[in-house]
Amino acid sequence: MKKSDLLEPIAGNGLLHRRLFLKSSVAAMGAAGLQFITAKVATAAPLEVPAWMQIPGTGMSGYGARSRHEEHIQRSFGSLPGTVGVGSSKTPLEHLEGIITPGALHFERHHNGIPDIAPLEHQLLIHGLVDRPLTFDLESLTRYPLVSHIHFLECSGNSGANNAPKPPQLPASSIHGLVSCSEWTGVPLAVLLDEAGVQSEGSWILAEGSDAAAMSRSIPMAKVRDDAIVAIYQNGEHLRPANGYPMRLFLPGWEGNMSVKWLRRIQVTSGPTMTKDETSKYSDLMPDGRSKLFTFPMEVKSLITSPSGTNAMQGTGLYQVSGIAWSGLGRIRRVEVSADDGRTWAEAALTDPVLPRAFTRFRLPWRWDGGPAVLQSRAIDETGAVQPTRTVLLGERGANYRYHYNAIQSWAVSETGEVSNVYS
Amino acid sequence: MSIVSRIMWIYIALLACPAFAQEGPELGVAVTADQIASWAISVQPDGTGLPAGSGNAAAGAEVYVMKCLACHGPEGAGGLNDWLVGGHGTISSDTPVRTIGSYWPYATTVFDYIRRAMPLTQPQSLSNDETYAVTAYLLELNGIIDEGDVMDAETVPNVEMPNAGNFIWVYSEK
Ligand code: HEC
Repeated sequence: MKKSDLLEPIAGNGLLHRRLFLKSSVAAMGAAGLQFITAKVATAAPLEVPAWMQIPGTGMSGYGARSRHEEHIQRSFGSLPGTVGVGSSKTPLEHLEGIITPGALHFERHHNGIPDIAPLEHQLLIHGLVDRPLTFDLESLTRYPLVSHIHFLECSGNSGANNAPKPPQLPASSIHGLVSCSEWTGVPLAVLLDEAGVQSEGSWILAEGSDAAAMSRSIPMAKVRDDAIVAIYQNGEHLRPANGYPMRLFLPGWEGNMSVKWLRRIQVTSGPTMTKDETSKYSDLMPDGRSKLFTFPMEVKSLITSPSGTNAMQGTGLYQVSGIAWSGLGRIRRVEVSADDGRTWAEAALTDPVLPRAFTRFRLPWRWDGGPAVLQSRAIDETGAVQPTRTVLLGERGANYRYHYNAIQSWAVSETGEVSNVYS
Repeated sequence: MSIVSRIMWIYIALLACPAFAQEGPELGVAVTADQIASWAISVQPDGTGLPAGSGNAAAGAEVYVMKCLACHGPEGAGGLNDWLVGGHGTISSDTPVRTIGSYWPYATTVFDYIRRAMPLTQPQSLSNDETYAVTAYLLELNGIIDEGDVMDAETVPNVEMPNAGNFIWVYSEK
C-alpha cells in the first residue's frame, strides 16, 4: 500500500490503518502527512528549570512505592451486606496499559476474607484416590522444577453488570474489572500428584482453600494433567495475600473461582464433589429453567479501555484506540474495531507478545471529527471463535445466565465528547 | 519458537508425563488416615465423607435461631444474605429465586457447605449433630423432608432435591 493511503480512513467514522503509528510509516510520510495532529498552542514564556532538578532527590527504599501522583488509581471494591470480606475489588483497567496487571491492582474475589497465613505452618495435603497421601510445604515446593507463564485470570461473573436491562453508566473497570493478567510461576500439579500415585479411578480432584470459606471446587483430571500449576510467585514476587499467599491453584483460561487460592488440600476423587460454588453458584441458568454445570473456559472477549465509559474526549483529532483481548481457549488471532456501531470494521494492530490465554493489547489510530460515534471491539481467537454481540449472547442465554458474559462492549461518543456505555 | 523455549516446552511435556515424575525431588511427607481426618471435610454426592452424628428439624431450629437467623432471616428468608428457603417454581421465570429448596441439586452440598463455611463469623464451629440438625431444618422448611425425619450419613444422600433433574453436565471427559 502507498504510504499516503495510511491517512485515508479504512472504516467508517475515521478509523485509520493500524500501521499509521509505525515509525517507518510516519517518517516516510513526512511532516505534511501529520498536519492534522493539532499541536498545543505555544506560550511566550521561557521554559523553566524544574524545582526537582535543583535539590537532591530522595533516597533508596527497601520496597518501592508508586508515584504519589498516581495514588488515586485504585481498585473499586464492595462486600455483601453486613460483611467485609465477601465480595470483590476490580482492576482499574482503563488506567493501565500493556498486558501485565501490577500485583497490587489485581482483582480480588473473596468469599470470607483474606486469611493471614504463616508460610512455615501452611501445608498442602494430597489424598483421596492416591497410593501415598502426602503433604508439601512452601520450602519443599520451591525445590521442584518451576514453570512460568503469562495468563489472564477472569472471574466468571465478570461484566455481569451488562446483563442489566439498562446500560450501567460506569467506568470500564466497574463493569469489566474482574479480570487481570500476570506472570504465574509454580510447580505443575501433575508432578505432585504423580509423586502421590493417582489410582486408576481418580478422574477428578477437589481443590480446597485455607480461608474461612474453605473454598472448594472440582476439577477434571484432564485439566490437571494438561496445565494446572500450584503457583507460588506472581509477577516475580511471592503471591500477594489477596491472590492466595503462600500457594494457589492456577488453571489457565478457566473461570477464576476454580483457581483456588490459599490451596491447602487436593483430594483425588472419581467424580465431581458438587460443591456449593459449582452448583448453587457458578452454574449457568437458562431461560427454560435448566442450568449448565461445568462451563469451565472463559471464552473470547475484548474491551476498548481507551477511550471508555465516563471518559471525556480532549477535543477533535487523532486518537489511539487501545484495549485488551483474551481467550481461555488460546491465542488471540485478530481484533477488529468499529467506530460506527458495528457497520464497518478495521483490523487493529496486536502488540507483541501475543500469548495463549493471556491479555493481548490491541491499538488502532482513530481521527475523531467531533461527530457522534459508537466504538466497539470484536476479538477472534485461534479456534476461530468470534466474540458475540450482546443481542446474540442474551438471545441465546437469557438475562439470568449470570456468568461467562463475553459480549462486545459498545462505547458511545457524543458530540460534546462524553463517552458512555450503550447497548447496540 | 526459539531453541530455549522449544527445550522448555519439551521439558514441560516430559514433566506432565507420569513416566518422568521421578524427576521431582520427592519431598512430599507421608501422612496417615488419622492425621488427615480433621482436614477431610468434603462430602461427595453419594455421601462419602459424611461423619457420624444426626439431627432433626426441631433441633435444627434452635441452632438456626441462635447462629444463622441474624444474616439469613427468620425461617430462612428475608435476611440480608442469601435466602435459603422458598423460590419454588421461580427458576424458569424472569425473576428466578435460587435457594436450597428451589435450586440446589444435592442435599449433601448443604451439609458440606454449612460444615465448612457457616456461620460466616465462626466457620467450622458447629458440631456434626448441629450441622445435621440445621440441614434437616432447612430441608424441612423447604418442604423437602418431613418434620420428624432424621438427617444422618445414611439419609442425607437419599434426599430427593426438587430441581436435581434440571442440571446439564456441559463438560465432557473427551
Ligand atoms: C454473619 C452473617 C452470617 C451468618 C451468621 C450465617 N451466614 Fe450463611 N451466609 C452468609 C453469607 C454472606 C453467605 C454468602 C457467602 C458467599 O457468597 O460465598 C452465606 C451463605 C450461606 C449459604 C449458601 C447459600 C446459597 O444459596 O448459596 C448457606 C446454605 C448458609 N449460608 C447457611 C447458613 C447457616 C446454616 C448458618 C447458621 C449455622 C449461617 N449460614 C450463618 C452470612 C451468614
